Amino acid sequence: MSAIIDVLQSIIPSAFMFATPLIFTALGGVLSERSGIINIGLEGLMIMGAFVGVIVNLELYNILGSSLTPWVSILIAAIVGALFASLHAIATVTFRADQVVSGVAINFLALGIGLFLIKQIYGKGQTDMVQGMLRSTDIPLLSDIPIIGPIFFENTYYTNWIAVILAFVVWYVIFKTPFGLRLRSVGEHPFAADSVGINVNRMRYIAVMLSGFFGGAGGAIFALTFAGNFYQGTISGQGFIALAAVVFGKWHPIGALGAALFFGVAQSLSVIGSGIPLLQNIPSVYLQIAPYVLTILALVGLVGRAEAPKSLGTPFVKGSR
Amino acid sequence: MKKRYLFLSLMLSLSMILAACGGSDSGESQKDCEPDENAIKAGIVTDEGGVDDKSFNQSAWEGLQAYGEEYCLEKGEHFDYAQSNQDSEYESNITRLTQQDYELIFGIGYKLLDALETVAAQNPDSKYALVDDVAEGDNIASVTFKEHQGSFLVGVAAALKTETDKVGFVGGMDSPLINKFEVGFEAGVKSVDPTIEVDVRYAETFSDAGKGRQIANSMYNSDVDVIYHAAGGAGNGVFTEAKDIKGNNPDQSVWVIGVDRDQYEEGQVDDHNVTLTSMVKRVDVAVQDVIERTMSGDFPGGEVIEYGLSDNGISIADTNEDAYTDEIASTVDEWKEKIENGDVSVPSNHDELDEYLNNLQ
Repeated sequence: MSAIIDVLQSIIPSAFMFATPLIFTALGGVLSERSGIINIGLEGLMIMGAFVGVIVNLELYNILGSSLTPWVSILIAAIVGALFASLHAIATVTFRADQVVSGVAINFLALGIGLFLIKQIYGKGQTDMVQGMLRSTDIPLLSDIPIIGPIFFENTYYTNWIAVILAFVVWYVIFKTPFGLRLRSVGEHPFAADSVGINVNRMRYIAVMLSGFFGGAGGAIFALTFAGNFYQGTISGQGFIALAAVVFGKWHPIGALGAALFFGVAQSLSVIGSGIPLLQNIPSVYLQIAPYVLTILALVGLVGRAEAPKSLGTPFVKGSR
Repeated sequence: MKKRYLFLSLMLSLSMILAACGGSDSGESQKDCEPDENAIKAGIVTDEGGVDDKSFNQSAWEGLQAYGEEYCLEKGEHFDYAQSNQDSEYESNITRLTQQDYELIFGIGYKLLDALETVAAQNPDSKYALVDDVAEGDNIASVTFKEHQGSFLVGVAAALKTETDKVGFVGGMDSPLINKFEVGFEAGVKSVDPTIEVDVRYAETFSDAGKGRQIANSMYNSDVDVIYHAAGGAGNGVFTEAKDIKGNNPDQSVWVIGVDRDQYEEGQVDDHNVTLTSMVKRVDVAVQDVIERTMSGDFPGGEVIEYGLSDNGISIADTNEDAYTDEIASTVDEWKEKIENGDVSVPSNHDELDEYLNNLQ
């Protein structure tokens, strides 16, 4: 029994830590896609978030100190992320551009802006390491619970638990509030929504900018948990994993939460597996490919048919039918 | 309807322009000497990091600047760099320098291999050099490093530093190049104390700091207290994990050994520093050496030159004086001497490592 707890204690915190930025970003993706706007640009939003998070952190650390800096960095990164995502909204909602192409442009643009400004501000190709990293901590009281405490609440990050709570908040907003109903109706059948007086374009703007807010926060959290600086490869595919989590989670916030955690566990198994007695004898290549195989199996077997919002990818032209 | 294409193309072109803008800015300076007439026109083409990446590119550029200083040369006239902001720019940058009559052009990093080979084949009369990989072609010199030697020495340092008798190695890709780091390190550790356990893991990525951190987390959890990383950006994750542990519990002893350059700055957390030492590749030394050979008519085209400890192509950082004690330094120096005068032949692949370990017993 204690061996199992040891194993869980090594896998869960590491998986959770890895999943957190994905959860944030995937929730953003859910909001955007529920409103009918494909968001391939999640990667770019994360890049922008990582970039802003690192810059703010470097600049404000001496003023704000080690406890406040990371939180302010994440907040500003989220706000800038929302503004940046409005470009995607302008392109796809106002100008009705192809949503995939615009998303790809967002990805390019974020990296371009990031590297260009780093060059201008610091005169080099990458930033220094930030001082105000997020710090892992034991959550008071909860970490004293036997068994569960050490696994979930020791050496954890507050951001981890914010991500989980946020998933439920987003679920509540999407499925239990008038705002959420409008958001979904705009994504399913914008003409019907329009006919009852919902401002389709406004809803879509809000949704896309919210995805930027969450994506920016996710990117900043990634940078301040793992990388510690910003360079060309700081965000390397996490945005796309988050996008996969959106689809895998069937465009449902709790589904996306589950999918992101699933990816986290799969990756952490592949990394930590060789240190676990039970898995030690499996050749490492199998552990390395496990996340991908598990994902395919889960998509085929467990999830069933993933149904996207009906109007996903179609621009809304008022009165076109 | 036209508007949307206009907007999209604006966005796309903006991103291109921004990406291309990080170019060079030239500083003018007055010199009171005459350029050496034997001097050749030499240039470097960087990868995405640029000449201030605190790594290979910067080191190469420092080497080139030192060359310029020594022979009283003008930047932009006798030596210069071209920064590539994406993979597709390698070839055009190399071609541009070739057309501007640069006599010797360095490609910095293995990523430039294909581009350099292509351009070199098209311009058989120009001279090229590739840093950190082996290229085919009579007019290309391949500059590599004896990473196993440096890794051996940091292995010695790790073995002296560990209190748990468990050390770790995190590699980027399981490839012959990174294996050199791994086996050199393991040989160094075991040379000091064969009972020390070496936990070897590969991240299978050079950029994902998330994976690097998860591996480090798992290693430190299993009593490893010194980790040597050869994983590029993924290695940042090793630093963040060590710093998180150290930040929460300053009394705990966790160390990271850096790679390629002195990674002392990366290890700073509050008033502590987790960087024990770093295995430094002196690209600047190599660049200067190749230029000087070329000046004296001895361009090593088609050859593979390996820089090691004896020609200062590899060095060990001693910036963290608190951690890298005199005792460690003197023992490392002893081993360095043994390697230099051939008493110890450091293994560079798994077969040689097995043989080396057998001979230890």
